[in-house]
Amino acid sequence: MTAQAALSESRASKLMKTIGILPFVLVLTCVLLALYEPRFLRTSNLINVLRNASFLTIISAGQMLVIIVGGFDISVGAIVALTSVSSALSMVGLSSMGIESAGVIVALGCLMGLIPALMVGIANGFLVSVLKISPFMVTIGTMTIAAGIAGYVTGGTPIYDMPELFTREIGRGKVFGLPYIVYAAAIVLAVLWYMQNQTRLGRYFYAVGGNEKASRLSGLNTRKYIWLAYVLSALLAGIVGLFLTARVGSGEATLGSNLMLESISVAVIGGVALKGGVGRIQMVALSALFLAVLSNGMSLARIDSKYHIIIIGLVIVIAVAAESFRESRRSNHV
Amino acid sequence: MSSTSTKPGASVAPGTSAAPLIKIAHLDKSYGAFKALEDMQFELRAGEVHVLFGENGAGKSTLIQIICGVQSFDAGTYSLFGENVTSLTPAVAHQKGVSIVFQEFSLIPDMTVEENLFLGHEMTSGGRLAKGAMRAKVQTVLDRLGFHLDPAARVSTLRRAHQQMVEIAKALLWDCKVLILDEPTASLTDQEAAQLFDIIEQLRSEGLGIVYVSHRMPEITRLADRVTVLRDGKFIATVNKADTSEKELVQLMTGRTFDEFFPHIKRDVGDTVLSFENVTLQSGLAENISFEVKRGEVLGFAGLAGCGKSEVLRAAFGLEVVTTGRITANGVSLDKHAPRKALSNRICYFPSDRATEGLAMHQSLISNSSIAALDDPVFSRGKTLLNRRAEKGFTEKMIDKLKIRTPGLNAKADQLSGGNKQKLMIARGLSREFDVFLFDEPTVGVDIQAKLEIYDVIKALTEEGKAVVIASSELAEVMHMSHRVIVMREGKIVGELDGEAVTEDALLSHFFDHGDEETQGQHAP
Repeated sequence: MTAQAALSESRASKLMKTIGILPFVLVLTCVLLALYEPRFLRTSNLINVLRNASFLTIISAGQMLVIIVGGFDISVGAIVALTSVSSALSMVGLSSMGIESAGVIVALGCLMGLIPALMVGIANGFLVSVLKISPFMVTIGTMTIAAGIAGYVTGGTPIYDMPELFTREIGRGKVFGLPYIVYAAAIVLAVLWYMQNQTRLGRYFYAVGGNEKASRLSGLNTRKYIWLAYVLSALLAGIVGLFLTARVGSGEATLGSNLMLESISVAVIGGVALKGGVGRIQMVALSALFLAVLSNGMSLARIDSKYHIIIIGLVIVIAVAAESFRESRRSNHV
Repeated sequence: MSSTSTKPGASVAPGTSAAPLIKIAHLDKSYGAFKALEDMQFELRAGEVHVLFGENGAGKSTLIQIICGVQSFDAGTYSLFGENVTSLTPAVAHQKGVSIVFQEFSLIPDMTVEENLFLGHEMTSGGRLAKGAMRAKVQTVLDRLGFHLDPAARVSTLRRAHQQMVEIAKALLWDCKVLILDEPTASLTDQEAAQLFDIIEQLRSEGLGIVYVSHRMPEITRLADRVTVLRDGKFIATVNKADTSEKELVQLMTGRTFDEFFPHIKRDVGDTVLSFENVTLQSGLAENISFEVKRGEVLGFAGLAGCGKSEVLRAAFGLEVVTTGRITANGVSLDKHAPRKALSNRICYFPSDRATEGLAMHQSLISNSSIAALDDPVFSRGKTLLNRRAEKGFTEKMIDKLKIRTPGLNAKADQLSGGNKQKLMIARGLSREFDVFLFDEPTVGVDIQAKLEIYDVIKALTEEGKAVVIASSELAEVMHMSHRVIVMREGKIVGELDGEAVTEDALLSHFFDHGDEETQGQHAP
């Protein structure tokens, strides 16, 4: 780009360049929705939207980390199911062993839920970073295995009888009027923002995805960061699994089956580049919010749920096309 | 140029008591059955520029990769700053004070200049990135080097020459004792290169040991204190530059003598086959270009890197969008030009970037050589079936004719050296009948032997009555290969020289606005 072009660039377009069009689209969608359907603005509805956006933010944050290092995590949905089943079974088991304190049961149960998630993440990271197998195939494999295990242990029936502390308080309770999951998402957002912007680790994730060979030549342990991204993704999926289990009140092997596609969609709409090396958590959170508003709006407007996925599919294709258009225009200017 | 006072080096300090920074003896390295280095020796002293000189595949890259810890070695000794090292990683080497400017692959395109410079060595305070301190340090280094770069610019938005500057700044950001430069001027303009030479001389006078890898004779003449010559992975000699002529160096490198480097191409001009009338490109990289090429002649495009000469060739092949003007081939006006149209109008193009635009690196020689001609009846049976036998026969013939050195017909393009990749591309160009051959940097990254063979192909094509257009940043190449030379500067044609008028002085005076004296760096090898 020539110096003149850069100078004549208006402030508005500069703003567009740094934050993209997503915030404007989001605001526009909200305004239109509020005008069309006043029920959208009801507190209970807004909290509902925020809750869904929070689930999406956390799981997509993990997906984002993996895509930034140049990979893909297909297994997140199955990890949610596996966590759900394993935490529910543990809690039921622990209370039948005669442990009185609901707090201990819930804490241990959550821990037992996260362990399988962590193991899947470690396996994904190992297979991708050390054995250099295509992330796509690796996570399809682990997804199938995790879903299979979850289905096998439950025999297909939901697991009930978890402590009320878990299902009522964590699942449905509120602090200052907002569900727990919203705070969890806010913490994930803050921590990842800090990591991406203020720490070496964040830089290294970008570097590894941007050019793995160059990173290695710069002295980075590229394997470590790729591995870590998969582990974090699995862990975040596990956390989503716990909250979802609390929310629905039962451990289910079918929980989160659509979260894999949704997390990838959120990441892509949020500007995470599939080639790796690009992506910001705040945009992913916005994108999660956008998708939650969109689904909510369609429900309020009584659009058949079959059309939802069609519309979401269209949005994804448009987002990817816009990204690739911007990319090609940029490279033409150089 | 300011630094005439600093010429220390080998002739000044022979046999000084100071221990060498690097001493390598009897070093072996093989990849499977292939011996990359055999009984290698090398020594680097403080305050010298030590040039590694050899053809592609001679083992220069392997040697520098071992020095900076990217590769391990099988046998022999490597002592760095007086300590024997056995297992070195890039991080450790960097810590000890070995910095390297790679030829490629070491920047993250989506990160900013600043982020790239500090990659792997970010400054932090309390776990948090110290962005202010880093910005200050970057600015100091850029000022010292005289590079006008914006630290916040994303690397992918910079041109190649500027990316190269970032590489150099990255190596010099931290104090180092050994600096390795792998063909650092490959994508710099002459002015930028001159600036780099000043910096190198300054660093040498500060006592750094500099390993400099280059084919380019003028740079070696200007910078080298000592030269180590490699051939086929073996150590040939280490000589003082002051006592050795260019001719001797080339003889050491190739192991043979040759009198005439560039072939004499007969000029037998026929009809015009390709012409440009006032062509302006949408990218703005070339404006108002008019010229024509006739059968039986070689037209050269000369100019600094980024002057628009490659874009003109790309436009001729339909790879650039033309906003105004007209391109005509064999009397047919090429509107809505595209590569497919160019091919059917008998125009053939060899891109400079073979890896991304030229070859399918993971496919065999056969599929690479015949891909452009599969719709030709020679290579097909009926309308849909391939004639595998014809493909194979053609490839065999080409391997023979162009002397492509390959492990076999089914070897992947990736397995070939730079020169042989280029020859494979040429083979593709010979797979069907063309009238115009466009060569963009035909010998960049190609060793001397392959270079000569490529020149022979160009000679043969021209004398068969084809029109050949060459765009090259290597002045000697355009000058000696072309019958006519068009000089471009900042996207415009600034001069055209014909026959006897094509001289180095005449060309260089067109290269720069003022034709200043900074241009003496370029001589024929």
